[in-house]
Amino acid sequence: MAAEEIDVAYVAQLATIRLTDEEARLFQRQLPVILAYVDKLRCLDVSGIEPTSHGHPVYNVLREDVPEPGLDPERVLANAPARLRDTFKVPRIVES
Amino acid sequence: MKQTYRVSIGLEIHVQLKTRTKLFCGCATSFGVPPNTCVCPVCLGYPGAMPVMNREAVRLTLVSGLMLGCSINTYSTFDRKSYFYPDMPKNYQITQYDKPLCLDGIIDIPMTDGGRKPIRLIRIHLEEDVAKSMHESSWSGVDFNRAGTPLMEIVTHPDLTSADEAAAFLTALRHILLYIGVSACNLEEGNMRCDVNVSLRPPGQDALGTKVELKNMNTISGAHDALQYEIARQSEVLDAGGRIVQETRRWDVDSGVTIHMRSKEDAHDYRYFAEPDLLPIVTPPDQIDALRRSLPELPAVRRERLARQYGIPDYDASVLAADRALADFFEAVAQRCGTGKTASNWIMTDVLRLVAAHETPVTACALTPEALVELIGMVEARTINALTAKELLEEAFLSGGSPTEQVRARGLAQVSDSGALDGWVDAVVQANPKSVADWKAGKQAAAGFLIGQVMKLSKGKADPKVVGRLVGERLAQQNG
Repeated sequence: MAAEEIDVAYVAQLATIRLTDEEARLFQRQLPVILAYVDKLRCLDVSGIEPTSHGHPVYNVLREDVPEPGLDPERVLANAPARLRDTFKVPRIVES
Repeated sequence: MKQTYRVSIGLEIHVQLKTRTKLFCGCATSFGVPPNTCVCPVCLGYPGAMPVMNREAVRLTLVSGLMLGCSINTYSTFDRKSYFYPDMPKNYQITQYDKPLCLDGIIDIPMTDGGRKPIRLIRIHLEEDVAKSMHESSWSGVDFNRAGTPLMEIVTHPDLTSADEAAAFLTALRHILLYIGVSACNLEEGNMRCDVNVSLRPPGQDALGTKVELKNMNTISGAHDALQYEIARQSEVLDAGGRIVQETRRWDVDSGVTIHMRSKEDAHDYRYFAEPDLLPIVTPPDQIDALRRSLPELPAVRRERLARQYGIPDYDASVLAADRALADFFEAVAQRCGTGKTASNWIMTDVLRLVAAHETPVTACALTPEALVELIGMVEARTINALTAKELLEEAFLSGGSPTEQVRARGLAQVSDSGALDGWVDAVVQANPKSVADWKAGKQAAAGFLIGQVMKLSKGKADPKVVGRLVGERLAQQNG
């Protein structure tokens, strides 16, 4: 069965993944095979079944609006690749 | 050739909901606290950390939707919107795509001709805010305190046709949201932010022109000025025979111009997909009905009722109805003192003057409706003069307490000594035989008249309670 065409270069760009030409060619060959496999699901008759993104009929899992203390800032910033005083230091990110 | 174009404006407004905690975790929603102190693995976007929906955020969104005439989606879901930016370390924002909590809706805006124009809403959905970035010369610092704060996004149809209408819409929306208390709507703190879409087309053309998106307006007047500039800019381009390109422009408040940010070609492909970590929100019709029954009156409806029910001028009614707490205060006073006009006069002039002078809203001041009723009663009965009343009002506003008690305790122009009052009571009883006769005939109000006469004779210095007792005793003697 013919699967939908996937533009590997575009997907890689959206996911900010750098691929070598060789990798791009490899994935371009492999992805249609994977899609064709998943496409087998189309042989099931799902007419009359409501589409859902969850397998369990569970709804309204809600939390009360009660504050809890946050983490110790020193522990939080210990995970930062770089620190700018009490903030996470990142390359300048002004959209211009 | 210069011509007038038809303008179509649509708004996307982000409103921070007034919750104590963030949308998906128990971290406090605090403003102005040290960076990265209200954060946890969920709002820092750690892998594997699971979001749990804040019940209050959902309720506030549903309440807002019902107040704005939306229909509620009985089945609502959440989605991931993918993009890469340091203010969103999960690399996706949790928002709602095709099943938002609220659909449709209407906000009426006042027009200059006195009429009202309905502006249609497309939807209201719930999403999480991103972190705050502070920019330095070659680095940015990211503070995650704001990350995960609940935002309600309100999207309108392009029904607005001028900068003035857009400003009127934002003002009306802000009033309603403040009134129902779902948001602080503090623009300086970023509680309410607005993006604008604007397009022009020649008269007679039905299809909308190419739209331009404007960002970075932090105030209602900013949105107004940015639109005014952008409408003039697009008119000039079209007048000169040019084409409008679809783009996003940034309002620069300092120079008063809009600046190109990105064109349509750079538009993001957000790759929305269902958020697997959050279950659907199901709100059955009976719950929606219960919520609807709990809604307060809309300011416009209350304004009309206040004017009708209490016989106060439209202007007074509109000022009072714009602030729910103030309107509640007014109604409490008006019902106790029996006259809406007097209650309104006191609140509109003296109380609001104190509210402004002390920068203290009526909810935070110490003045109770009961205290104001006492004060009004004492002035009406001429127990105290206007100057004393103003002083007592300010004291009650700042420190609370009963004005009647103050007058008594501090002997503010009062005489309570029965020896001194006897003479006045005797004189009044002798001078008003008709009232005494009326009282004997069973007319209770006659005693009130005599008390009033004694108060008058004492130039407002007599204690009305003592006078009341003395007059009662004297009348009883007359009877016997």
